[in-house]
Amino acid sequence: MSGLFKSEIKNPVINWIDCRLPLFTMMSKEYGSFPTPKNFNYFWNFGALAMVNLVIMILTGVFLAMNYTPNTTMAFASVQHIMRDVNYGWLLRYAHANGASMFFIVVYIHIFRGLYYGSYKAPRELLWQLGVVIMLLMMATAFMGYVLPWGQMSFWGAKVITSLFSAFPVVGQPIVTWLWGGFSVDNPTLNRFFSLHYLLPFVLVGVIFLHIVALHITGSNNPLGVEVKGPADTLPFHPYYTVKDSVGICVFLIVFSVLIFFAPNYLGHVDNYIPANPLSTPADIVPEWYFLPFYAILRSVPNKLLGVLMMFSSIGVLLVIPWLDTSKVRSSRFRPVYRPFVAFVLPICLVTLGEVGAHSPVGIWVILGRVATAYYFFHFLVLMPVLGKLETTLPLPESISEAVLKAKTLKKAEAV
Amino acid sequence: MADSSASVGHSSDDGVTKRDFLALLASAGAAVTVGAIAWPLIDSMNPAADTLAVSAVEVDLKPILLGSGITLLWRGQPIFVRYRTPAEIKEAQDTPMADLIEPQEDSARVKPGHDQWLVLIAVCTHLGCIPLGNKLGQKRGDWGGYYCPCHGSQYDTSGRVRHGPAPLNLWVPPYAFESDTKIKIG
Amino acid sequence: MRIARIALMGALLGALVHTAPARAEVAAQSWSFDGPFGTYDRASLQRGYQVYSEVCSNCHSLKYLSYRNLEDIGLSETQVKAIAAAATVPGDMDENGTVHDRGGLPSDHFQPPFPNDNAARFANNGALPPDQSSLVNARDDGPDYIYGVLTGYVTPPAGYIVPDGMNYNAAFPGHNIAMPQPLQDDQVTYTDGTKATLQQESHDVVTFLTWAANPELEQRKRMGVHVIFFLILLTGVVYALKRKIWAAVH
Repeated sequence: MSGLFKSEIKNPVINWIDCRLPLFTMMSKEYGSFPTPKNFNYFWNFGALAMVNLVIMILTGVFLAMNYTPNTTMAFASVQHIMRDVNYGWLLRYAHANGASMFFIVVYIHIFRGLYYGSYKAPRELLWQLGVVIMLLMMATAFMGYVLPWGQMSFWGAKVITSLFSAFPVVGQPIVTWLWGGFSVDNPTLNRFFSLHYLLPFVLVGVIFLHIVALHITGSNNPLGVEVKGPADTLPFHPYYTVKDSVGICVFLIVFSVLIFFAPNYLGHVDNYIPANPLSTPADIVPEWYFLPFYAILRSVPNKLLGVLMMFSSIGVLLVIPWLDTSKVRSSRFRPVYRPFVAFVLPICLVTLGEVGAHSPVGIWVILGRVATAYYFFHFLVLMPVLGKLETTLPLPESISEAVLKAKTLKKAEAV
Repeated sequence: MADSSASVGHSSDDGVTKRDFLALLASAGAAVTVGAIAWPLIDSMNPAADTLAVSAVEVDLKPILLGSGITLLWRGQPIFVRYRTPAEIKEAQDTPMADLIEPQEDSARVKPGHDQWLVLIAVCTHLGCIPLGNKLGQKRGDWGGYYCPCHGSQYDTSGRVRHGPAPLNLWVPPYAFESDTKIKIG
Repeated sequence: MRIARIALMGALLGALVHTAPARAEVAAQSWSFDGPFGTYDRASLQRGYQVYSEVCSNCHSLKYLSYRNLEDIGLSETQVKAIAAAATVPGDMDENGTVHDRGGLPSDHFQPPFPNDNAARFANNGALPPDQSSLVNARDDGPDYIYGVLTGYVTPPAGYIVPDGMNYNAAFPGHNIAMPQPLQDDQVTYTDGTKATLQQESHDVVTFLTWAANPELEQRKRMGVHVIFFLILLTGVVYALKRKIWAAVH
C-alpha cells in the first residue's frame, strides 16, 4: 500500500476512490478551501461566467450538430428544419448564436479587468498569454461557426476572411486554395469548417484547463494588485466566492434570456436569412460585432498586406504587454496618470473602432479608423512602457486586510 | 470595526436558520435551472415535428400473389403485407391459445372480412432483424410463418411467435382498408 | 473604480446599440406580435394566408413550410387536408421507374410555383421572386419594410425616369423594383367579410409572413416571460444568501 494517497474523506466509498484518484481532494483543495483574496469586486465574476458560457455553448452545439447537415445543398435547409421542426430547436439555435455574443461580451470584460488591474504582470505572464490564446481560439471557432448556416453572410464572411491570407506574397494564394480545398469557398470548405468548429471548443477546454492551473499556481490578482501576505487576506473559495459567482451567473442568465427570448436576431445580420449565393455579394458586408474593431484596424491601412499584419499584431501585441508595462504597480487604482487612459481612452478607442468596422470606409470613418488604430498601438507600445517609468504612483496599502479594514471604518464613520 | 459575532457560522439563533433556508432555496432554484436547461436538450433528440407528421402509405394489393407477400417501408420500418392461403388462415385460426408464447387470436391481428391479408411490422421482437418467409421459397420455419435468421426465432402464419428467443408476436401497424384492394397504413 | 465600471458599461452599450447604415425610411406600423407579450392575431393570419395563396403564391415560394403548419394559424385539420390535396406533388416511383404525381398531404412542403430558379426568372422578366419562408427575417425591420414595399407603389417624383420593366417604389432601396404592384384595394374578397383595402391586405399578409418566418414567436415569448420572472426571483434569493454569508467577513 505504500505510495497510496491518504485521503481524509470519511465516506468509505469516496475515500476508496479518492485514495486511488484524488479527484475529490483536488476539487476541495482547488474550489473548496482554496485561499482567495477577500477583496474581489464583481469584475472577478467574469472568469466563472465564461466557464458557464462555454459549457452552454458546447451543450447546445453538440445537440445542434445532431440535426445539422454540413453540405452546401442542405445546410441552410437543415438550419430551417432545426428552427421549425426539431423540438426546442429554435431555442438551441438562438441560445447558441446569442451565446457566442455573450461569450465575447464576458471574455472582453474579463480581459479588460486584467488590463485595468494589471493581472498580466509578473508572475502571471503565462496565465495572461494562455488567455490570449483562448481568445484567438474563440475567434477561430466563432468565425467557422458563423459559416455553418450557409447564409449570405456566412459565405461572404468566409470568403473575405480567408482571402486575407492571400495578402502574403508567394505563399498567400496557395494557402487560400488550401484553406478552401478548391478554387472558391465551397462544399469542402463548409465540411472542414464544421469539423474544426466541433474540434476547437475541446482544444479550448484544454487551454482553459492550463489557464486555471496557472491561475492556481500564482493565485488570483485582486483589485488592489497587492499580493496576498497571509491568511488574513484570504477567504476560502467556498462558500464565499461560489455564492458571489452564483449572483453573477444569475444576472448573466437574465441578460442572456432577454436576448434569446425577446431579441434573438438583434445581434445577427438579416442577410444570413438568405441562402448563400456565390454570384451575388450582399450590399453591406460586415462581420459579427465582436470582430468589428479588428476589421476596422484591417481596413485602416490602405495596403493589403500591411492591413493584415496590423490586424494580427493588434492581438499579437497583447502577448507581450507583460514586458511592455514597466510600472512597478499592478492596479490602475494607484496609477493616477495611466488610469484614465486604460479606463476611458482605450475603451472609447475600441468602441470607435467597432463603429468604424460597421461602416463603409468612406469620409470621416476613414479618419476615425486611422486615429483609433494609431491610439490602440500607441497605448500598448508607447504609453505602457513610458508612463510606467515616469508616473508617480499612489502609496500602496500594506496588505489586503489592512485596506479592507480601512475602507470599512471609513464607511462606518461616514454613516455616523 | 465590522460587527462581531452576529450570524458567524452557526453561532447565532435566527441567522443560522435564515441562512440555511436561503441556501436550500438557492439550491432548489439551481436544480430547477439545470433541469430547465437539460430538458430542451434531451427533448431535441425526440422525433421532430416533420418526422411525426410523415403520414400514411397506401398499398395496392392487386399485384400480390396468393401465398406470397410484399415488403415496403413505412416510417423507416419494413412492413410485410402477405396474401395468406386458406390453409394458412385455417392453421392460424385453429391454433389453441395454450400453444402460444403471447396468446392472441388470429382475428385480433387481421381486419374482419379480410382474413387473407396479414399486415405486419417486419421487425423481429427479439433484436430487430427482418425475418425471412414473406416471399414464397424463403425459409418459413416449423410453423409456416416467418423465420428470423439472426437468432432463430419462429413465427406462425399469423405472425405470432412460436419459438424463442423473441418474446412477443410481430406487431401489427395501424391500417385500414380503403377498398377491397387498397390499404392505408398509418 | 466606479468610474471605470460606468465607462465600460457605456462602451459596451455603445458597441451593441450602434446604428444600422442609412436606408430608405419605412414607417413603423403597429403589430399584434410586437412587444414581450405579443401574439399573432389569428384572424389576421388567416386573411394573410388568403392573400398569400391568392396573390403572392403565384410567384413566391414558401418552401420551408409544410401544409400541416397551417394548423398553427387556426385552420382545422380538414381545411389543411383540402388545401394540401389541391397541390400536385411528385409521388413515389413505380416498378418501371416512373414518378407519378399525386395530391399533396399535410406533411408535404408547400409546392413552389416554379420548378426551379431559372424557370422563375424566365417567367418574371429575369428577376427571381425570393422565397418567402424567412423573408421577414431577411430584411431590416422586416414587417415594417415589407408593409412599406406593398403600400409603396406611388407616382414617382416629377422627372424621375423609371427604367423599362421596373416599377417605382418609395420603400424599396434604389426605388426601382421589378415586381409590379401586387396588391390593390379589393384584390381579394375576404371570407370573413373584412373590407379588403390595400392597407388591410398588406397588414394581413405581413402578419402571415412574420408567422411563416417565426412560427415559434408565441411559444418563445411566453417561455421568456416565465424564465426571466423565475431568474429574477432566483437572483434575489442568491443575492440574499450572498449577503448573509458575507455578513461575517471583516
